[in-house]
Amino acid sequence: MSVAVDGFPSREELRRSPGYPSEERLDRGACAVIECVQEIPCNPCETVCPYGAIKVGQPITNLPRLDAELCKGCGLCLAVCPGQAIFLVDKAFAPGEALVGFPYEYVPLPAAGERVPATNRAGEVVAEGRVIRVVNSSRNDRTPVVFLAVPLEVADEVRSMERRGQKPRPGQGE
Amino acid sequence: MTRSDVTIIGAGPAGLAAAIEAARAGAKVVLVDENARPGGQLFKQIHKFFGSREHFAGTRGIDLARKLCQEAQELGVQLVLDTAAFAIYDGRIVAGTTPKGTVQIESERIILATGAMENTFSFKGWTKPGVMGAGAAQTMINLHRVLPGSRILMVGSGNVGLIVTYQLLQAGADVVAVIEALPKIGGYAVHAAKVRRAGVPILTSHTVLEAKGEPEVSSAVICQLDDFKPVAGTEREVEVDTVCLAVGLTPLAELAWMAGCQCEYLPALGGFVPVHDERMETTVKGIFVAGDVTGVEEASTAIEEGRLAGIAAAASLGLLSPDEAEERMTAAWERLAALRMGPFGEGRQAAKEQLMKVGKAG
Ligand code: SF4
Ligand code: SF4
Repeated sequence: MSVAVDGFPSREELRRSPGYPSEERLDRGACAVIECVQEIPCNPCETVCPYGAIKVGQPITNLPRLDAELCKGCGLCLAVCPGQAIFLVDKAFAPGEALVGFPYEYVPLPAAGERVPATNRAGEVVAEGRVIRVVNSSRNDRTPVVFLAVPLEVADEVRSMERRGQKPRPGQGE
Repeated sequence: MTRSDVTIIGAGPAGLAAAIEAARAGAKVVLVDENARPGGQLFKQIHKFFGSREHFAGTRGIDLARKLCQEAQELGVQLVLDTAAFAIYDGRIVAGTTPKGTVQIESERIILATGAMENTFSFKGWTKPGVMGAGAAQTMINLHRVLPGSRILMVGSGNVGLIVTYQLLQAGADVVAVIEALPKIGGYAVHAAKVRRAGVPILTSHTVLEAKGEPEVSSAVICQLDDFKPVAGTEREVEVDTVCLAVGLTPLAELAWMAGCQCEYLPALGGFVPVHDERMETTVKGIFVAGDVTGVEEASTAIEEGRLAGIAAAASLGLLSPDEAEERMTAAWERLAALRMGPFGEGRQAAKEQLMKVGKAG
């Protein structure tokens, strides 16, 4: 299992990366989870964080380093990341439930209160999620962020939801 | 005949950036493009760019295109559109063909920013309707808002293949799989992760053997590869109506060839590319290059090279003081260096250095 073959980072690759918060921090409440494990020239996550919780520094190919103690869980970095590699996880959301936020640039968008299939990094449905809110402010620049309540045990797995509303094939009518 | 100080061929990110810099320095600039509007491939890049703030990171290509076009217009850059440049005479006259006939533009300096062309490769059935370049599919969905198909096979897992896969999903198509001949994914992991979490498998060590269907594609046969050789018995047929090829780009260096610019074959840059120096000047005095024509990279690197060429061309006309030109070019080189670092950039960086060394030796 590795990012170069599977297309998503393995648990070990994530644990080794400087953008992944500790278990203990995640249990305390909303925190950014950065899944950017390859040295690419990029740093908007560092620039956008109002609390200085993300450091890339020089050269800009450095992996983003998260200071989870400084992270307030505001979620600003999720929409600005061109790699859509940052998520928000809150394991103190409700008893037995975690909140997971992820960028979601597909239409139609879900609405708060809806129940949707929550998917893992491989696109497999792992639980049913309840849409808590969808943030689509002008600051997000057309990258909506969806927040789902999911069972606590899948909080480290859920990273998106199933796409809906595929269009009919051209020429095949509705 | 139209006259100008600087004529730029190609109004993509490199050409626009060159035009802006040259015009800002006070040059009379003509920008020629074969399309009906400027922007090149930027308008179809609806995703957010990487880099840092100086590289417009987090900005979508389409918004960057609007910004650059507006800036060029405000600076009085003269656009000559629907005009395909086909020759350069005496190193100073650009000839172009338009729907109404031919035009000639005489200028002191010429900047070639002609970009690159998609590669293709042949397999059984590859000429059937439904087999197309990934860039063509991207043009259809993002510029013309037409879905090329509903079930798509993407061949190639470089950044183009991954980004276009994602955008096809956004447009409402299903991408059945991304296949890759190499044993590992070619593009950025973050791009791969986006399409994986949308449920698209990426099959490494795989190729396409055949596109089937009469007359248009209705399925494709794919198979596993071992050391680039098909493994017998691993063939399988997938139901698709479109096969997209994202197998690299080749610099469009023909005009440079014809103008007598020395070219070098550098695989890391996509093929034959015009040799140039630190000022982006080719071996033919007065002809500069910028962007994919001198090595396939990205829009953000093309913009920086365009700036370099625009500044250098203006400076060579005496429109900028040597100090001023030096300062601006150093800043652009620093931004370029930042974009060419890390495992994805260092190969290009080395190839670029080699290209410029040849330029010096010549
Ligand atoms: S969630 Fe907010 S505070 Fe935390 S790293 Fe992202 S931008 Fe900074
Ligand atoms: S913005 Fe996203 S892709 Fe860029 S360095 Fe930060 S986490 Fe990685």
